[in-house]
Amino acid sequence: MASEGTEKKTRREFLNFILGGGFTALFGAVFYPVLRFVMPPAKSEAFGGSVSAARIGELPPNSGKIFPLGESPGLLVHTAEGEYKAFSAVCTHLSCTVQYRPDLGHIWCACHNGHYDLTGKNVAGPPPRPLTEYPVTLSGDNVIVSPSRGA
Amino acid sequence: MRLFPSLYGWVSERLDVTPLVYLVKKKSVPAHRHSLWYYTGGMTLFFFGVQVATGILLLLYYRPSAEAAYESVQFIMTEVKFGWLIRSLHSWSANLMIGAIFVHMFSAFFMKAYRKPRELTWFSGAFLLFLSLAFGFSGYLLPWNKLAYFATKVGTDIASQVPVLGHSILVFLRGGEEVSGATLTRFFGFHVAILPAAATFLLLLHLLLVQVQGMSVPPALEKNPNAKSIPFFPNFLLRDLLGWLLALLLLVVLASIFPWELGEKADPLAPAPAGIKPEWYFVFMFQTLKLLPAEIWFIPGELAGIAAFTLGGVLLFLVPLLDKNPTGRWGRWISRLGWMVAAYIVAFTILGYLWPAAK
Ligand code: HEM
Ligand code: FES
Repeated sequence: MASEGTEKKTRREFLNFILGGGFTALFGAVFYPVLRFVMPPAKSEAFGGSVSAARIGELPPNSGKIFPLGESPGLLVHTAEGEYKAFSAVCTHLSCTVQYRPDLGHIWCACHNGHYDLTGKNVAGPPPRPLTEYPVTLSGDNVIVSPSRGA
Repeated sequence: MRLFPSLYGWVSERLDVTPLVYLVKKKSVPAHRHSLWYYTGGMTLFFFGVQVATGILLLLYYRPSAEAAYESVQFIMTEVKFGWLIRSLHSWSANLMIGAIFVHMFSAFFMKAYRKPRELTWFSGAFLLFLSLAFGFSGYLLPWNKLAYFATKVGTDIASQVPVLGHSILVFLRGGEEVSGATLTRFFGFHVAILPAAATFLLLLHLLLVQVQGMSVPPALEKNPNAKSIPFFPNFLLRDLLGWLLALLLLVVLASIFPWELGEKADPLAPAPAGIKPEWYFVFMFQTLKLLPAEIWFIPGELAGIAAFTLGGVLLFLVPLLDKNPTGRWGRWISRLGWMVAAYIVAFTILGYLWPAAK
């Protein structure tokens, strides 16, 4: 009797285990694809190549322009001294788009009053890090920004 | 009317509705000097009803893509007959609903209505509050205008500061690395499918619990020997109806005298405009983050702020489990804490609007 009882019990335990395991597996098989589905596929890596940010002569000295840099915005500045500089336009604070302020002669973020100098360094306000600077080359008529080459 | 009894007879021969009738007949609502707060839940329900009705109407013309969303809302406002009104009602009622749900939550909190056996009512209510905020946040982006675009950028960026999972949360919310058409499509899905389904379910649960358990009486009035009450049907319901009529009046006046603006179309290649602010019900959190120092001890200030608000949300949810002895010393401290939180929310919201705009 006793042995039959334990046998029954282990049989029940075994069946419960199979049932539980089966449901767990089913659960995983349903939710794993759903979880992967809701995360969008990564765009083929961060933008690599070079872009023509502006035409020479388009920007007078002491002005700036926002141009598309793959998915995100870039900022091209033509300094008062006539030099071209390019940065990521995504504020390092909470990712608003920054702008060049001719009256201040440096870069400014309107969202929470963040200031960056013309090397991209965060000089006032909440931004915690400098803006990434990108190399600029002049080629024919175009101002070329090449994020891939690093600054 | 002969129609109603015969209809009732027809139904009850097929389905036993006596328990339902009994429930409605038996239910009474306590009458005391704090009874007015019992109407705040019904008020929230009314605005939710307006949201569902106007939201479904907007769906007839709204188009959820970065190319067409702004134009479709413009079309609603300029071409569709009464389109401006329907949109303005949806926007105003959204704000009134959130205002009502905050008042409702605080009134239940201070009357300690979450005491046993009403813990589940509180949990479902707290969940509904979070869902309402999610409704507001997702709906705000849908017209695809400049202010909403950048407010969403900032809001989702804040979510990305969560340790470890932050970046995944950001990508999940934005549908990519940047706020784009993919974000709009997602937010649309949340706003018109997922959130309504979840809210409807929780709302039914919440209302069922309220009907079955009846209204709680605040501890201070509970022992009153000559406590009064009024029948739920029709007395309380008629007063509810009167409240709804007044709410409708307020809503229509606001929606027609101050039609909701559309602003400029979002442009991913334009700098952020000055004066980016989230909707008013997020302003107290936003203002707090703004005033925190860059580092608290060794934790980044923003992260500390986000952690504190998350903890606040969890504690709010768990109130029934924390307040074990509502009439004792500890229970009184919980009420005092509630007043402090309420004062904090009001003060920081006002501060957020008075804070000098960036120069
Ligand atoms: C079933 C329910 C709902 C549906 C089908 C719905 C549908 C819509 C649609 C199609 C829009 C875009 C049109 C427009 O922007 O004017 C919209 C916008 C919006 N919704 Fe909803 N909605 C629902 C519930 C809610 C709730 C419960 C809230 C808030 C608590 C809410 C808050 C908003 C807000 C703030 C906007 C932006 C309004 C604007 O600026 O135009 N919605 N909704
Ligand atoms: S996002 Fe630029 S200062 Fe906050």
